[in-house]
Amino acid sequence: MILGAGAAGLSAGIYASRGKLDTLILSEGVTGGQMVLTNEIANYPGVETIKGYELVDIMRRQAKSFGCTIKTNVKIVRYQLAGETKEVELEDGRIFRAKSVILAPGGKPRSLDIPGEKEFEGRGISYCATCDADFFQDKRLIVVGGGNSALEEAVTLTNFASHVTIVHQFDHFQAFAHAVEEAKQNPKISFVMESELRAYMGNGTLKKVQIENLKTKAVSELETDGVFVFIGYKPNTSAFKGMVEINERDEVIVDPAMRTNIPGVFAAGDSIAKRYRQVTTAVSDGTIAALSATEYVRAKE
Amino acid sequence: MKYLRTNIHEIETAEELQKIIDENENVMVCCGRMGPMCIPVYEIMEELEEERPEVKFYSMAFDSPESGVIRNAPECRGFMGLPFTMYYKSGKVAKVTTSIQNMQQITSNLDQFLS
Repeated sequence: MILGAGAAGLSAGIYASRGKLDTLILSEGVTGGQMVLTNEIANYPGVETIKGYELVDIMRRQAKSFGCTIKTNVKIVRYQLAGETKEVELEDGRIFRAKSVILAPGGKPRSLDIPGEKEFEGRGISYCATCDADFFQDKRLIVVGGGNSALEEAVTLTNFASHVTIVHQFDHFQAFAHAVEEAKQNPKISFVMESELRAYMGNGTLKKVQIENLKTKAVSELETDGVFVFIGYKPNTSAFKGMVEINERDEVIVDPAMRTNIPGVFAAGDSIAKRYRQVTTAVSDGTIAALSATEYVRAKE
Repeated sequence: MKYLRTNIHEIETAEELQKIIDENENVMVCCGRMGPMCIPVYEIMEELEEERPEVKFYSMAFDSPESGVIRNAPECRGFMGLPFTMYYKSGKVAKVTTSIQNMQQITSNLDQFLS
């Protein structure tokens, strides 16, 4: 049983079902996870460029073609991971049992969790430049974040917006040097460093934000038509706390064979403790987890 | 002309949309693109199609000139996030949402407005 249907979960599904294990993928979200959120993937080896949803579609069809069952948008209300037989119960009362479980719940975009967030989502606040950039033609925008996504998307947004202000909490960026350089070279981009947004304000649509300078503690307001938030991802591991070993960043701790601290329970993808989160690394994790799970199940037989 | 690659029926003209909402009591239309905020909504609608035969589920391409009837609907004024999702009850707009919605939000809207 694989919990999660992103790149790691689908890869695990492909390998486990091809290895002749009776394989079920259960996902509380849609198929594809973060891959669906990626407009174009240009660094997946063997494929020059591909839309995220197209790669998802291929992986899903591959898994199904080997006999893997995929159930998405389910709500899991109970997990029993210890013991020989693992068990999960869905909200509708259905119970699924397996000899081994692979946890691949992925992550979700972090939000700022500040006043006004719910009110202005889709009315000025966005998490996807590809989707919503053209609503902001000749408008003033703020991009929050300092990683690759923030810097790269800020540059993309300058094709639409009149001006983009990048607000970042540190005095330096985490993004790759070339992404930082490109943003710095862009005349439409300015920077507000060592600062954080404290509130979204407006009337029906977003009009301005409150910004706190973390160094001076001074709070100011900045008028804007939109805010794009790119501050990383949060592992979806809260349901497993107290069951599998999780670190201070809410990531599942695994060994090189993707084993967790519970025999027969493996983990893969963006939810595990690791340095790099890419489609390729998730595919690799999922592959290793499935092969380890197959070995575990066969040994039990 | 079809723009979207989903398993739910894509409405191609404003005339077809009008006919559908005139002839069906409960209609949900997701107007979007093949983008990351829209695809999850299409997939949820695909799953709900089997479970909720009393509701008709459709997509419509945001970039089609024919979807102006949704893009420019007064209920969608101020929307700045795809997709625009319309819930029609007995030929009238009962609820609209902007940006991505999860299964719980969609089923809650269906229960509340298209039951």
